[in-house]
Amino acid sequence: MEYLVLAVNAILVKNILLAQYLGNCPFMGVSKKTDTAAGMGMAVIFVMTFATFITWFVHYYFLVAFNIEYLQTIVFILVIAALVQLIEMFLKKSVPALYRSLGIFLPLITTNCAILGVAVLVITKDFSFLQSILYAFFSGIGFALALVIFAGIRERFEISHIPAAFKEMSIALITAGIIAMAFYGFKGLDTSLKSILIK
Amino acid sequence: MKKSLLQEFFKGFWEILPPFRLVLGLCPILAVTTLAENGLGMGIATTFVLFFSNILIALLKNVIPKKVRIAAFIIIIATFVVIVELVMKAYFFPISQKLGLFIPLIVVNCIILGRAEAFASKNTVLRSAADGLGVGLGFTMSLVLISSLRELLGAGSVFGIEVMWSGFEPFGFMVQAPGAFVCLGMILALINLVPKKI
Repeated sequence: MEYLVLAVNAILVKNILLAQYLGNCPFMGVSKKTDTAAGMGMAVIFVMTFATFITWFVHYYFLVAFNIEYLQTIVFILVIAALVQLIEMFLKKSVPALYRSLGIFLPLITTNCAILGVAVLVITKDFSFLQSILYAFFSGIGFALALVIFAGIRERFEISHIPAAFKEMSIALITAGIIAMAFYGFKGLDTSLKSILIK
Repeated sequence: MKKSLLQEFFKGFWEILPPFRLVLGLCPILAVTTLAENGLGMGIATTFVLFFSNILIALLKNVIPKKVRIAAFIIIIATFVVIVELVMKAYFFPISQKLGLFIPLIVVNCIILGRAEAFASKNTVLRSAADGLGVGLGFTMSLVLISSLRELLGAGSVFGIEVMWSGFEPFGFMVQAPGAFVCLGMILALINLVPKKI
């Protein structure tokens, strides 16, 4: 039940894109087509879970052990960059089919702030190992969900009349605002789930 | 035609003003702009990192092998971010608490890596410094503009000073996530009305 609350929270209530403002560059950048959005979403779920898995260990068994927590930022970004590179090489050699669909998104992921953001968040929130992994996984799902919904709407822009000044980014941002408003409605879900949990 | 140093500096204020002209670095601009003070703090922190990382990258551009340049840039940027993080924790504790997660996230701010790749790795130290400072200050300006607007409408004040009349009902919407997106989209549309070259 506790994990259900965590999942609902990470996917809907505190959606990483729409409520926590992380990962907005790819959100705007790769959301013009639903297929690319879905590909990016899958890549993010995969890398986010994997990266959090590793950074959690790095934090508790390396940074804390040697008392160098202040180097967190630099170590985490290095770990993520190296991990993304490794995943890319691994996929290229062993799973070429998956590489063809996710490959082009992988280099972009290093600078996706949602990955580093989640890795740092689980540390600041003092999550246990299992909680961290699940939180990262569900946040990834939340990211993919918001991205695909957004891309679905954006595809329609091509055939609609938009005033020149609002073209491209401007209308995209306003649309994102409206989706964020819809997701804002999930806030009640969190409280009701918690009250069930207490009973 | 090569631009003069001054032009290099001032292009960050309009021609490639982030995040409106360069649509990069959206996360901080959406997340920390609920109060004008936070916007200013974030802007200054980003400018510092951008300025020094641009200088260092321009200095090292011939030493860094092409293949690992992105990784090298990220390390250089991360070093300055750690410096900013520690300085802010030591001397500006309240604001560093408010910005929280978004200070370490300066590392992955695409504006900085974007300027490193597009400008500092190809230009001289002096020009890169001018570019870094200009783009950084332009970014700060945008952050202050958006955060002042959101604070004005969402809380009725700017930099914590009450400016609205006494019966003013703040729009809670503006300080929430949806307000951030809509506000940025509207400003972007307004800026698009004005031509790039004046």
